[in-house]
Amino acid sequence: MYCQNCQKKEATIHLTEITDGLRTETHLCEHCAQEEGIAVKSQLSINELLSSLLASQPSDDEVFGDSKQNISCPHCGSTLEQFTKDAVLGCPYDYEVFGKSLLPLIKKAHNGKKTHCGKVPSKASTGTKEQIELMKLRQELKAAVQNEDYELAAELRDKINQREK
Amino acid sequence: MKLTDISGNVNEWFDGSGPLADIVISSRIRLARNIAGHKFLSRCSAAEKSEILKKLRDMLMSLELGEKIFYLSVDKTSLLGRHFLVERHLISRHHAFGKGPRGAVIARREFFTAMINEEDHLRIQVLKGGCQLSQCYEQINHIDDMIEQKVDYAFSPRYGYLTACPTNLGTGIRVSVMLHLPALKMTGQIEKFLNATRDMGLAVRGLFGEGSEAAGDFYQISNQATLGVSESDIISLFENAIIPEIVEYENAARNQLLSKEPEVLDDKIARAMALLRNAHLISSQEALFLLSHLRMGINMREHMGASTPAIEKLSELSDASRGTDKSETLSIRTINRLFMLTQPAHLQLNCGKQLGPERRDALRAEIIRSALNG
Repeated sequence: MYCQNCQKKEATIHLTEITDGLRTETHLCEHCAQEEGIAVKSQLSINELLSSLLASQPSDDEVFGDSKQNISCPHCGSTLEQFTKDAVLGCPYDYEVFGKSLLPLIKKAHNGKKTHCGKVPSKASTGTKEQIELMKLRQELKAAVQNEDYELAAELRDKINQREK
Repeated sequence: MKLTDISGNVNEWFDGSGPLADIVISSRIRLARNIAGHKFLSRCSAAEKSEILKKLRDMLMSLELGEKIFYLSVDKTSLLGRHFLVERHLISRHHAFGKGPRGAVIARREFFTAMINEEDHLRIQVLKGGCQLSQCYEQINHIDDMIEQKVDYAFSPRYGYLTACPTNLGTGIRVSVMLHLPALKMTGQIEKFLNATRDMGLAVRGLFGEGSEAAGDFYQISNQATLGVSESDIISLFENAIIPEIVEYENAARNQLLSKEPEVLDDKIARAMALLRNAHLISSQEALFLLSHLRMGINMREHMGASTPAIEKLSELSDASRGTDKSETLSIRTINRLFMLTQPAHLQLNCGKQLGPERRDALRAEIIRSALNG
């Protein structure tokens, strides 16, 4: 069945209304249904998610009593407001400049995680590599303890101690 | 290389080969990377975008991939050409219809693509047929290592690879498998399955067609979280937990159809066969759904030894076309080929001219009829 509005797309939203005993049926495609304000969007768009997340935390204004919310990145000129519109950041430094405001969003997007534990470019300094390796080991240790795998936990603890020497 | 050099054939990753290919069509891994010292694209001027494009294009074209690669200037490619690249899963919709200087580097056999100036400066992907995620990662990791020798990536010890959108942060990896799940759909279990995968924090999308609907019962499942979990952990979750479970459910649903509702199964297959062999106008949406049922029938015969009246008919069909001394037989390969080649941009590119929807529906029906009538 085609959408009765645009006559082009398959109708996937079927609405039956009964007003004063009178029954009317409406068959629309998702697009037209949204235009009519009938359909419930299946997923929040990234922009909506961003706005709601950034809005739900106390703004820096409230915390610091200044207008930090309006700061822009000295490297690219981006602002948080711009980010909530575009859903993309302006430059790599934004992660530092807006770090505090972005953190809840980052955690939300990555199941509560906030530190990298994957591949490291071979060009990265040895310090960086060791740091990441250590973080990864600590995470594994935590998981091993949670799973009550004490043998593995002891092994991991030894590895961590060795690296920290 | 011209697009018509590849448009007449099906991509290697979609030729029906590879482990578990009756259910897992293909595996794909994509990495998102940005170049240190440049702004992200939303803040770049056209000049800076061109500079990044040139730098990355020259670097990529100098890579030794053991395979011919070619470069496409996406912003200078025709609209039809861009639709074709999307249909073929070589570039994303975002890249095809975006703005500004942007390009793609594509390996001749299409297992590797790099998109330059998509949402991030660089997005590379490796695609393989069947369930081959580890092999995809091995290859893309190697390519990533080679690239890393030539450019500096934006990277932070805390957040890993820095991406324009924080949702790709960390490993920048997107692991996807394309699945064909017709029996879960027919037995009414698909919603349950979709909800379960979403609960696991995975994204589910359709493989073909535009909207979010999974036309032809093809689904694409991908990880969403990229930070705080290693590449190998994500891949192992897919290979050892997610994929085996889905394959088991789909196989159970196919067995359930065979044992409890053989008429329902046969009705779908026989109707699909009758329509596809006789229709003179067929939309791409309808073709996808009908071909999906044929694909399931052939796979049930080949992988489960199923033998119902409609499946037997299907095998006669295949024998008949073998007898005509044609190199193409009604194999999964032929069906996959029809899926790919009857998409709108493929049809138009292959016949050398733009066609309106009705002409496309006629041509599509003609191609399918001739493939299925021997």
